[in-house]
Amino acid sequence: MNLLSWVVTGILLLTAMGLLLVRDWRISLGILGVQYIGVFWLSSLHWPLSMAAVKLVSGWMCVVILGMTSLGLKGGMLSADEFWTQGRLFRVFAASVVVLIVLVSAPRLENIIPGMGLPVVYGGLLLTGLGILHLGIVSQPLRVVLGLLTVLAGFEIMYAALESSILVAAMLSVVDLGLALVGAYLMMASRRESIS
Amino acid sequence: MNAPLIWIFVPFVAGVAALFLRNQRWLSLLGSGLALLLALVAFLIPLDQALSIEGVSFKISSSTQVLGRSFTFLPAEGRLLVVLYGLIAMWLFGAQVAQTADRLVPLGFLISSLLIASIAVEPFLYAAAFIEMVALLAIPMLLPPNQTPGPGLMRFLIYQTLAMPFILFSGWLLAGVEASPGDLGLAVQAAIILGLGFAFLLAIFPLSTWMPMLIEETSPYLIGFLFWVLPTMAVIFGMGFLDRYAWLRTSEQLSLGLQWGGLLMVVSGGLWSAFERHLGRQMAYGVMAEIGFSLLALSLPSDKMVEAAFWLVIPRSLAILVWSLSLTQMGRRVESLKFSAVQGMAYSYPLLAAGVVLAHFSVAGFPLLAAFPIRLALWEGLANRSLGLAFWFLVGVLGLLTGATRTLAVLVRPPQENRWELHEHWDESILIGLGILGLFILGIFPQISRLFLADLPIMFEHLGR
Repeated sequence: MNLLSWVVTGILLLTAMGLLLVRDWRISLGILGVQYIGVFWLSSLHWPLSMAAVKLVSGWMCVVILGMTSLGLKGGMLSADEFWTQGRLFRVFAASVVVLIVLVSAPRLENIIPGMGLPVVYGGLLLTGLGILHLGIVSQPLRVVLGLLTVLAGFEIMYAALESSILVAAMLSVVDLGLALVGAYLMMASRRESIS
Repeated sequence: MNAPLIWIFVPFVAGVAALFLRNQRWLSLLGSGLALLLALVAFLIPLDQALSIEGVSFKISSSTQVLGRSFTFLPAEGRLLVVLYGLIAMWLFGAQVAQTADRLVPLGFLISSLLIASIAVEPFLYAAAFIEMVALLAIPMLLPPNQTPGPGLMRFLIYQTLAMPFILFSGWLLAGVEASPGDLGLAVQAAIILGLGFAFLLAIFPLSTWMPMLIEETSPYLIGFLFWVLPTMAVIFGMGFLDRYAWLRTSEQLSLGLQWGGLLMVVSGGLWSAFERHLGRQMAYGVMAEIGFSLLALSLPSDKMVEAAFWLVIPRSLAILVWSLSLTQMGRRVESLKFSAVQGMAYSYPLLAAGVVLAHFSVAGFPLLAAFPIRLALWEGLANRSLGLAFWFLVGVLGLLTGATRTLAVLVRPPQENRWELHEHWDESILIGLGILGLFILGIFPQISRLFLADLPIMFEHLGR
């Protein structure tokens, strides 16, 4: 169980890095879908399986909302940020710095909140840190929403260890879905003006 | 019947229903009528007391359960509902003139119901999630479907979303501090995380950059509504923290932090306002200063803090309403709200110009205008602590006054044909005229506010005692 949790934490590191580096929106959304499996697994360490499944379902619904919108805008997706490819090395370097900070600070957080479990702390902090980095270097609506969902996913993994209220689980799912809907709205708004 | 059903569920359903209406005038009239009715019900019917009308007895119970958690209104919160729904009615009524009723009425009701839910939810900490939902709903309100989202809007979305995790997480840490008060390290960590959460939520400098950017990207009236309602509810939420945790309430460091944070907002808002050449951005800086005044009110001793914070609500709402409505109407007649484009507008649109200038002076705390009495009280409170603090407060206020004076000078600069004419539409003249009158009445008779605000401190268990 513990080994599997560490494997999931490793997958979360790869997905968060992937979201930072991958340019294609289809692959990005696929990565987000995989990320939510990791979120589900780490949440299920502290929540009943049925409650943790809410995260998986709402996460995948977010992926579907963003994917359907992107498909609807076929040919109309605005080009990626100008410095996307040129900045790849910079992104890897910045992400490495964030990973180093997480490696150093996670054990301290585990001391503050005993019982949370190191895989949960690492997974949560990695997603939060890399999500914030993502937000700092993108400006497109889809990319911003992917960054925000990643930050919230990291937070939700850790918060699941602290709070097991059904209302909180429901509200956080509503927030995730709301973010995806807002992202879809922003993407469509950008597209409409570019057409007109 | 229960209170959450009336003041949360009904406006929420009304908001959803209003999404299907398109007529600006009807939307505005129905929306403001419903908000007024909700305020009236809150004013007339006490909670948890059996009443009999024409032989029919009924009682509005104060709480209800949703997913295992309760939504509860304390009897004292009835007055807060009166104030909030009364002010919301004013905003919705003005929406038809600003031609934003199709967005403000439905989304305004949805936003209001979620913010009211944030006051009622137990544990109060969950309010952070409701406020985040409000930020998400604000996006379609601020951005028309055919406009590219600007950087201000994206920053608003990011910062408001980042606030929620920090606040929820700090709540857990604060409970830990309460359990082991000797753990200084944990207390510092909890305070830092809580501070970061509120810095994002209240757009504390330097996280306030989205405010002037956003006002250039959207209708000043819509963003004005948000500028009023979000900081007001965030401050009430913040007071909930102070009320709940004794160590926060009594912490000298927190009081100092609030003081310096407030002064930073007042001074930065004031100085930028003094040098700004765009009327919309000036309003954003005025709102930044307003948030600073709220923080300064929270830094006062516990017995005065609640009264001071609530006293800011009505003058702030009225000033921002008059300011944003005047700017919206002005923006329709000119290319942009830059000084170069609005020169001499007071000659052709004197009421709009008066609305902009007087609202700006009111936010600055100019004598005889709505915010003057509370600014004076705040200044006195700061001066009692330290003359240095009072000096920086003065710097911020002088900045705001300079900005208002520059605006006045630009608006009354004589055009080639310097004849005074009244080109405003009758409905905007009446609304802005009434707003200006309200600013003077509240400034000359500040005790009117007490009618609604006197009981509000009772809604907190420890604050204001």
